[in-house]
Amino acid sequence: MLSNLSDKLSKSFARLRGKGRITEADVNAALRDVRMALLEADVNFKIVKDFIERLREKAIGEEVLNSLSPEQQVIGIVRDELVELLGGNAKRLEYSSRPPTVILMAGLQGTGKTTTSAKLAAYLKREGKKPLLVACDIYRPGAILQLQTVGQQVGVPVFEMGTAPPEQIAKESLKYATEHAHDVIIFDTAGRLHVDEAMMAEVKAISEIVKPTETLLVLDAMTGQDAVNAANAFNEMLPLTGVVLTKLDGDARGGAILSVRAVTGVPVKFVGLGEKLDALEVFHPDRMAGRILGMGDVLSLIEKAEQNFDMQSAAAMEAKVREGRFDLEDFLNQMQEIKKMGPIENILGMLPGMDKVMRNAPKEKMGVDERQMARVEAIIRSMTPAERRKPDIINGSRKRRIAAGSGVGVQDVNRLLGQFRDMQKMMRQMSALTGGKMGKMPKGMPKIPRGINPLKFMK
Amino acid sequence: MLRGIFQKLGAVVSGRKLDEALLEEWEEQLIMSDVSIPTTTRLLDELREAAKKGAAPNDEAALGVLKQEAINLLGEQTTPLQFADSGLTVWLIAGVNGVGKTTTTGKIAYWLQHTKGKKPLLAAADTFRAAAIEQLQEWGARANCPVISQKQGADPAAVVHDAIAAAKSRGCDVVLIDTAGRLHTKANLMNELAKIARIVEREAGSPPQETLLVLDATTGQNGLTQALSFTGSAPLTGIVLTKWDGTAKGGIALTISHETGLPVKLLGVGEQMDDLCDFDAREFIETMFG
Repeated sequence: MLSNLSDKLSKSFARLRGKGRITEADVNAALRDVRMALLEADVNFKIVKDFIERLREKAIGEEVLNSLSPEQQVIGIVRDELVELLGGNAKRLEYSSRPPTVILMAGLQGTGKTTTSAKLAAYLKREGKKPLLVACDIYRPGAILQLQTVGQQVGVPVFEMGTAPPEQIAKESLKYATEHAHDVIIFDTAGRLHVDEAMMAEVKAISEIVKPTETLLVLDAMTGQDAVNAANAFNEMLPLTGVVLTKLDGDARGGAILSVRAVTGVPVKFVGLGEKLDALEVFHPDRMAGRILGMGDVLSLIEKAEQNFDMQSAAAMEAKVREGRFDLEDFLNQMQEIKKMGPIENILGMLPGMDKVMRNAPKEKMGVDERQMARVEAIIRSMTPAERRKPDIINGSRKRRIAAGSGVGVQDVNRLLGQFRDMQKMMRQMSALTGGKMGKMPKGMPKIPRGINPLKFMK
Repeated sequence: MLRGIFQKLGAVVSGRKLDEALLEEWEEQLIMSDVSIPTTTRLLDELREAAKKGAAPNDEAALGVLKQEAINLLGEQTTPLQFADSGLTVWLIAGVNGVGKTTTTGKIAYWLQHTKGKKPLLAAADTFRAAAIEQLQEWGARANCPVISQKQGADPAAVVHDAIAAAKSRGCDVVLIDTAGRLHTKANLMNELAKIARIVEREAGSPPQETLLVLDATTGQNGLTQALSFTGSAPLTGIVLTKWDGTAKGGIALTISHETGLPVKLLGVGEQMDDLCDFDAREFIETMFG
C-alpha cells in the first residue's frame, strides 16, 4: 500500500533516472501514483479522473520532463491544484447586515452537528456576538438535552419546544431571539439521509422560514465515496453556503472534502478537531492538501511548536548544547516543552508519512508510549539538582535511591543514564563539526537544538 | 443501498465480451462503493488474467465469478452471534463517534428479545457525550428493558461493574454495553476500552462473547484502520454496518473482511427499533448485483 506519495514518486522516478530522459509515459506512471493516493484518501472516483486529466496537461510540459527532481515538480503541481480545488484562502463566516444572522446546520446522522453548533456558538461569543442555539432535532432521543448540556458548557442559551414541529420551533425562536436581542441564531437540525424525501422537505421548510445567512453542511472527515451524493442532494435542497469538516483529529485523510467542494463549490469555513468545545478552527486549504496526499501537516506542527515553545529558553538551550553544558535538568525541560504540544501520537501524526507508520505499528513497538515518557520524567525528578547537573556523580547507592524514588529498577536508571551519555557525545560531535555553531535553522522554525530527540529515550 | 452498484454492473453485462473496458467499469463501481483498491484488484485479478489469455468466460459467467469471489471474502456462511454456554452473556458495542452505537444498542436489545427470547440489560458506559445516558434510557424504555447508568463523567468501567452485578441479581441473561465514541488515534480512550473489556472478564468470568465494531456505511478507507486499531485494544468479533438505507454502499466492510477476516454480523437500515437485520453474505451480494 502507498504510504507516502512523495516517497512513492521518488521511487518511481529514481527507477527512470538511469534512462537519462523522462518521457511522457513516465509522467503517466507518476500520475497513476497520484491517482492511487487520492483514491485512498476517499476522493470521489470521478473527481479523481477529471483531476488527473487536468494534471496530465500541466505535468506533461518541458518543465517536468527536464527537471532534475521531477517528483518534486509533480508533487508541487498536485499540491497547487489541490489547494486551488480546496478554495484558496480560508473563508470567513458571513454576518447579515441586518441582524440577526441566521446559521442553519445540516447533514447526515452522526457527523457532529450538535457538537459543532455548540463550538460555533462558543466561537461567536468570543467574537463578541450574543448567539442563541435552537434545538430543531425532535427525533433523536436525547438530542435536545445534548444541545442544552453543551450550550450550558459554553454559556449560550438554548431555545427548545420539546418535540413540537420544527417549523413551529423555528418561527417561535425567531420571535424569542428578537425579544432577547440575540444577534446570531444557530439552528441545530436532525441528522437526515439525503434520500429521505420527507426529512429533506422538512429541512427545506425550516430554511424557508428562517432564511439563513449561512447554511453549513457538517461533513465527517471519514466519509467515503458517497459524500458526493449527500452533498449534492443537500445543496440542491437548501443551497449550502459553507462546509464544516469534522473529526479531523483522527487519521482519516479527509478526501471527501474535495468531492464536496467539486460538487457544491461552497467553501470550507471551519474544521472540527476534537470533542472539546473549543476545538473548532479555521480551514487551511494548503495543509489539507498535504494531508490528503499523505504528506503530513508540517505547517500545523511548526505552528504548534511556535505556540508552545518558549523562544528565549530555546535559545538558551541552544547555547548550552553548543558549549556542552546540556544536562538532565535541561533534558527534563525539553520533555516538558514537547508534552505541552499535546499527545505524542497527535504530534507524530503530523509528520510526513507517520500517519501510515503509526497505523500499521502498535504504539509499544513505535516507542511512543506516553507512560514510558512519564517513567523517564519520574527518574529524573527523583534525582537531586546536583545529580541532574552532573550525572557522572551518580554512583551505585545513588542509583538505588533514584530507582526506589521513581518506582523503577536500577537497570532503568542505568539505561537512561547510558542514553543520556550517548546523546551528549552526539551533541559534542555535532558541535565540533559545525565549528561550535549550530546549523542555521529555517526561518520561522523554533530553535530546537539539533540532535536532541527526547523521543529516542522512550525506545 | 448496495443494490445500485451491481445493478449498474448488471446493466453493462449484456452479451458483451469480457475485456479490459468491462473490467475497468467493474473496477470503477467497486471503488465507488468504498471497496479498497487492493480488495478491488484482488476481486478482478483472476478475471483480468482470463481476459488477457482470451480464455475469458463470457461476461455473465464472469459476473457470477465476481459475485462468488466477493461472497467468499465476506464468508459464505453467516457467523452467528455468540452467547455464553452458561451464565451471563456480555456484548461490547464500540466504534468511532457518530456511527450509531447507542441506536444500535437499543435495536439489538429489541432484536434479542423478539428473535432470541432473551432478557437483555443495557449498560450506559458512554459517560462522556452529553445526554448519551438519556438517549440510551429512552431506547431502554422503548425496548422495555432495564438500563444501568451513573452520572455523566463517571468511570465507564464502574458502570459496567454495576451492570453485570445488576444483571445477575435481576436474572437478565445478556448485558449490552454502549460505549462512548472514540477515535482510534486517541491512546487514552483506547486504553479505557481495554479496561472495560478487562472488567467484563473479571466480573462475568470471561471476555465479552461479542465485541462489535459499529461501522457507518458512509465510511471510506478509514474504516479498515478503525477495525485494525480497535481490535488492538479490545479484540473484535464482528461488525455492525449501520446507515445502510442511504446511497452509501458500505464496500469498506468487504475490505475489512478481506483484510482481517472479521465478519459482518448485523445491518442497520433505519431509525426505528426493528430496523436491524441479520447479515447474509449471499443476499448482500445478490442485492448488490441487483
